[in-house]
Amino acid sequence: METAGAAGQPVLELMGIGKEFGAIRALHGVDLQVFPGEVVGLMGDNGAGKSTLVKIIAGNFRPTQGEVRFDGNAVHFYRPIDARAVGIEVVYQDLALADNLTAAANVFLGRELKRKFGPFAFLDHKAMAARALELFGELRSETRPHDLVKQMSGGQRQAVAIARTRLSNAKLVMMDEPTAAISVRQVEQVLSLIHRLKEQGVAVMLISHRMPDVFAVCDRVVVMRRGEKRADKSIRDTSPEEVTALITGAKEAA
Amino acid sequence: MAMPLESPISFANVGRIRWWQRGIFASQTGYVLLALLGLLIAMHFASPYFFTQGNMQNVAKNFSFIAIATLGITFVIITGGIDLSVGSMMCFSAMITSMVMSGLSTPGMPGAFLFVHLAADGKTVVANVPGLILLVSILAGLVTALIVGLVNGFCIAVLGLSPFVTTLGMLSIVRGLGYVVSNGRGSFPGGPDADYFYALTSGDLFGVPAPFIYLVILAAVMAIVLHHTSFGRHVFALGGNEKAAELTGIPVVRVKIEVYMICALAAGLQGIIISGWLGSAPANMATSYELNVIAAAVIGGANLAGGVGGSLGAIVGCVLLEVIRNGLVLAQVSSYWQQTLVGVIIILAVLVDRIRSRIT
Repeated sequence: METAGAAGQPVLELMGIGKEFGAIRALHGVDLQVFPGEVVGLMGDNGAGKSTLVKIIAGNFRPTQGEVRFDGNAVHFYRPIDARAVGIEVVYQDLALADNLTAAANVFLGRELKRKFGPFAFLDHKAMAARALELFGELRSETRPHDLVKQMSGGQRQAVAIARTRLSNAKLVMMDEPTAAISVRQVEQVLSLIHRLKEQGVAVMLISHRMPDVFAVCDRVVVMRRGEKRADKSIRDTSPEEVTALITGAKEAA
Repeated sequence: MAMPLESPISFANVGRIRWWQRGIFASQTGYVLLALLGLLIAMHFASPYFFTQGNMQNVAKNFSFIAIATLGITFVIITGGIDLSVGSMMCFSAMITSMVMSGLSTPGMPGAFLFVHLAADGKTVVANVPGLILLVSILAGLVTALIVGLVNGFCIAVLGLSPFVTTLGMLSIVRGLGYVVSNGRGSFPGGPDADYFYALTSGDLFGVPAPFIYLVILAAVMAIVLHHTSFGRHVFALGGNEKAAELTGIPVVRVKIEVYMICALAAGLQGIIISGWLGSAPANMATSYELNVIAAAVIGGANLAGGVGGSLGAIVGCVLLEVIRNGLVLAQVSSYWQQTLVGVIIILAVLVDRIRSRIT
């Protein structure tokens, strides 16, 4: 399969991104382009700078150097909602769920559907539950909108977190280790969801340690090591062995 | 961008949660409510005076005296915070209200000419607009409470101080201010509007004590706010997982400040009502009431770790405390036992909930 937007405009473009935390240089001179409908695997060992990079794109951190361009425009995110407003959704590794609320409440957290009664706006429980059920259906997850997240399995929680990204018309979805804590069958489901996103022209960045997952769904793999981008290759031109070597540093760059 | 379904979703592997395993039936509030009903029945057989109209009115009035503040602190507890300044706040609001009322009703005091004039006999003070002094003085008390709540919320949400330390400090600050403004003497509601004041705070409507009516209205409003508005949803989310709340774009700082303002406002209103019943606002009024209020909230099912609580629970907790107090009096048990028993009940209520959540 061709990478969808090889000729088109990248949805996300990073230019010379660097980030320092005091004396620690977490990222240095990272350039990256992500095109619509493309799945990019972001790999690297712990401390390689993956998370920092994701957090810069998601608006948690501001880069020390460099520029982030989204849809061709330079963007500056001060908070995660700013990133979400332009169409960047993140599935966090710890999923960012409130255990004491229902699945539907978590999906709509921060952007509840409301109905107006005169000057007051009340939650539209019915509409939210219906939409959440629809989203869980799309994810093929047996999750009831009214169940508390506290009582759910790892896969169901993952579904709730992913369903959240489907509420808006996101152009870029970043997933931080979405397959780390779930069963084999559920990994299958998450990967097929990534395929579905891709079909819709959504760009996906998959941050993962699991080589098979990356090679199953990604068009391109980007390897980070010691805060720098060491490789950016089409998945057809590389192999798990080469990527492993790049991650560990056995091979410096490719 | 709806994606087509290959087949409708089935729930082959996920059982449905039964009705008795969810909502109020699976909450501490439910169990305590059950215990309360049992206690009421036991009291009926133990004492023929318990279910008399007079005693019921007393009970209703007495628990209403802490229940409104309990509603307020429940918001704070749901977010995982705590407010120790409610007792002092009750006193200070009541004091400001009665001082403003007396001040505006005394010809010669600054601003008083706007509100009162002397009658022809040169002694009787007559209000220019009946009820206006009452309105202004109650507003003064409530605005004071809001300011204190704002300071609490600012310190906790913006400066990041711990709620316990901030409100412990505020407990002392506000109590001290109360002594300062009244010179330690306390103050009395006075002037032409004092009768309205007493009617509104310690009067009754068709035999139902006024504070109880306010309580029911406020509890209903609170239940709607908690469960049917996005503010309420955010309050719960904040208590469940503050980081998630922040990542999903909930205005965490604003919600936190708002809950402390609501709590202080409820405490202020409560204090004003208590002062109407006492007939004065002494400087040591409502000392250590914060502990009763927190105890009532916790017994009713609010979780100090955050994320759980509600208006029904707050009321149930207050009623239970008051019925026990009342029962001990009717049974002629030394009232010194009351505090001991309250402590036992706090621990029992939380223990039962812990055992239940282990079983299911």
